Amino acid sequence: MADVTLNKLVKTFDRTEAVCGIDLEIANNEFVVLVGPSGCGKSTTLRMIAGLEEITEGDVLIGGRRVNDVPPKDRNIAMVFQNYALYPHMTVAENMSFGLRLRKYPKAEIKQRVVEAADILGIDDLLDRKPRQLSGGQRQRVAMGRSIVRNPEVFLFDEPLSNLDAKLRGQMRIEIKRIHQKVRTTTVYVTHDQVEAMTLADRVVVMNKGRIEQVGSPSDLYHKPSTRFVAGFIGSPAMNFIPCKLVEANGGLAAKVNDTISVPIPADRSDRVRAQVGKELMLGLRPEHIREQRADDGATGVACAVTPDVVEPLGMETMVYFGLNGVEICARVAPEASPNPGTPLTLSIDANRAHLIDPSSDMVL
Amino acid sequence: MATAVAEASVGAGLRASLTRNRRWALIASYASLIVFVIFFLFPPYYMLITSLKTNKEIAELSTNPWIIEKGITFQHYFSLLMDTGFPIYFRNTIIVTICVVAITMVVSILAAYALSRLKFWGAGVLATGVFLTYLVPDSLLFIPLFEIVGALGLLDTYWVLVLVYPTLTVPFCTWIMIGYFSSIPKELDEAALIDGANHMQMLIKVFVPVALPGIIAAMIFAFTVSWASFLYPLAYIFTEDQMVLTVGTVTTLIKGDVFHWGGLMAGALLAAAPPVIIYAFLMDYYIAGLTSGATKG
Amino acid sequence: MATTIAIDASGDGTLTQRSAFWLFMRRKSTIGVLMVLPLLAIIAGLVAYPAGYSMFLSTLNKAETKFVGFANYLFLFKRETFWMVVQQSIIFALVAVVGKAFIGFVAAHAVNTIPTKGQRKWRGMMLIPWVIPPALSTLGWWWLFEPTYSAINWVLAEIGVDAIPWLSDTFWARFSVILVNIWIGAPFFLIMYLAALKSIPEELYEAAAIDGANAWQRLYHITLPMMRNIIAITVLFSIIVTFANFDIVRVLTQGGPRDSTHLFATYAFRVGIESNDIPLGASVSLFMFPVLAVLAFLILRNVRKRAMEL
Repeated sequence: MADVTLNKLVKTFDRTEAVCGIDLEIANNEFVVLVGPSGCGKSTTLRMIAGLEEITEGDVLIGGRRVNDVPPKDRNIAMVFQNYALYPHMTVAENMSFGLRLRKYPKAEIKQRVVEAADILGIDDLLDRKPRQLSGGQRQRVAMGRSIVRNPEVFLFDEPLSNLDAKLRGQMRIEIKRIHQKVRTTTVYVTHDQVEAMTLADRVVVMNKGRIEQVGSPSDLYHKPSTRFVAGFIGSPAMNFIPCKLVEANGGLAAKVNDTISVPIPADRSDRVRAQVGKELMLGLRPEHIREQRADDGATGVACAVTPDVVEPLGMETMVYFGLNGVEICARVAPEASPNPGTPLTLSIDANRAHLIDPSSDMVL
Repeated sequence: MATAVAEASVGAGLRASLTRNRRWALIASYASLIVFVIFFLFPPYYMLITSLKTNKEIAELSTNPWIIEKGITFQHYFSLLMDTGFPIYFRNTIIVTICVVAITMVVSILAAYALSRLKFWGAGVLATGVFLTYLVPDSLLFIPLFEIVGALGLLDTYWVLVLVYPTLTVPFCTWIMIGYFSSIPKELDEAALIDGANHMQMLIKVFVPVALPGIIAAMIFAFTVSWASFLYPLAYIFTEDQMVLTVGTVTTLIKGDVFHWGGLMAGALLAAAPPVIIYAFLMDYYIAGLTSGATKG
Repeated sequence: MATTIAIDASGDGTLTQRSAFWLFMRRKSTIGVLMVLPLLAIIAGLVAYPAGYSMFLSTLNKAETKFVGFANYLFLFKRETFWMVVQQSIIFALVAVVGKAFIGFVAAHAVNTIPTKGQRKWRGMMLIPWVIPPALSTLGWWWLFEPTYSAINWVLAEIGVDAIPWLSDTFWARFSVILVNIWIGAPFFLIMYLAALKSIPEELYEAAAIDGANAWQRLYHITLPMMRNIIAITVLFSIIVTFANFDIVRVLTQGGPRDSTHLFATYAFRVGIESNDIPLGASVSLFMFPVLAVLAFLILRNVRKRAMEL
């Protein structure tokens, strides 16, 4: 039951800056995911909130209290680690109650809390087992149980699912979401997996090179990325970036890819990019916005004749890869279009969903 | 069709020759193992046989020395326990060994925790120093130590062994404990830190139980070394009631009549029994300790 | 005005608090030093100090009343016995280590070849010599070598070979102490090599078999290179232990016949403790120091290299 505030947070390791001044406000009970590639400073940020790393500059506030110099045990936080960090010599119940026992809680209360947490997690029947007798998913639950019994003000998760296989990861993702709905607590969750970030978060914080690239709801990040990094990081398969030139055409603006393909810029955005006319830009297009031609393609559908190099049928959709302007492009096509490698095909680009990126600043225009 | 058959027969031939090779390798292995086991076990076997023979049979030159022809006797064992200082040596050895193992474990667990987790100035140098100390043999130090323990007034009492044996046990035990502690993931410390443990709680409630196999291996090592040491007690202890098993057996049991062999072998076997029994039950820990000294860096 | 004071106060407050936890964390080093203090005391007081004191002792006369410089060393250089000790120590260490390494290697290979189920049993039996205190097992050998009753000579007589004067002839006495040392030390090599053999991935052998390598080629091109480091470390370790050996010679021959089996350790014991010439004994044992230092340096380099590989 606390909000978390990061004020100009800086962490320096041996003169290299791992985290370069982060400002972030996390509301009470909010689920915030820090996401980014490895080495982007997301784990270091989390560890500073936890009190496992000394803060070089700036402040961390939990529930309005400055905790820079408060030891982890007094911050009223709980943390779930990537490798679970369960004590291998203790049973599940002992693992979960270790923190309470060190704090000398009465036995009855410890027992009650452990049973309650085990009930929430569905691990009631595992309480007497040792960690090595558990599967990966069960260990993960116990690690969360250890956090829940403490009834902390803030939950911290450090890549909790990356040791699990793909299928289990999907299940545990749902589990975490369910638990957060049940046990409403401020949560900071670190991951490098943008799918986890999108599915779990109330708000996603995309980090890169020690800085925050963008903060926003999952749909904001998907639909309105503010930088090329975010545009490329969020969404799978990743957004295509096609070199183009901004030209004036038919009274409006258009991103000219080559002589045959020219994507008109919607009128409401034209004013913002008018200054860039004549410049070499990047056209950002998600694979799902390059698809087969349909009857209801309106004025915004731009026809685009291509010859696929590789075709990946995935069942509900087919990925088509082809070269354009020297870059490899991925398109998401309905299987009915039955594309074949080497056979020319006309696709349709949704001009409304196109993003223009200035390569000199890497900002989305 | 024909090629397929040819390939199949080549495959079969290859497999047959592999099986044949494998069978020969097995036969050769078993044969050499039998030879080695005979080589390694005939001395203790002969010691046992001798200790169970009557003096008369031991003195007999015409009989086969490798078997007992004229009946088993436990007389050597009885007289060993009744008429000699052997029980006193045994008691002294137990006292010395328990003290040494206790001191060794406390010192080396504390040091290994500090060296593997609490980074402080000079920790790396000290870890190397520990390793080098382990390589210093007792035969290099027994003469200066003779003067030093003499000056301390500890000559000719088994307490001197409690003082000097740790030089043989502590470096190695610290070294392997560093290896075991370093293999504990750092997240476990951090989880304990968040759970609210201080350094002592972390060490006693997390590190010691998690590294228990390493601790057992180190204890076995300390036990074996202090039970088996020979040079220090031989150099520093002269009075029978202060002697430990190795020295007592070698120096005092040889005296007496010509045919002391039965008693001597009985003494050697009884004195060697505790380490052998512990080894029989804890072989895996024993081996883990042995191999980790050189492989954990 | 009031607000300014409040901010100042809170600033001070956080400053003192700042000290609290992170100073505690930095005090880790203080706790660390405290925790290694007993270890430091043992190393400094019972290893480093005696080692230094030994050098000082070696410069005194027998009564330890007068500084004589290098006279003890020069005296040793003129003694034929001393040179015999040097020679015997080197022969003893080298031959015994080669023997142990060879037997250990063959035995480890044999154990590793048989089905896993039986390996424990065989390994367990072959480790027994390593577990018995050496001074005591050497007593058994002493009895086996006894001139009149030697049970080994009895076997030799059965197959028509003359009795061997195990401990009274110079050559055979030297052979005997080496034999006993090999018997005690080979299991150590066996265990080290077996651990190393087990760590070689089976796929390498399968790949080599598919490439058509025979048993010798597999040994030469896979097993030996993969085990090179562990062989080096084990051999160096063993040279130190063997070179500094005391128990076997002391129990089996007491250095005889005619001082021909003395090693540095037993000779130092003879002159230092038994003949009460502590300074001369210290000088003898100090001759081990340069050899041990070189070996320790090599081991350290190997262990470091191995640590980096891991």
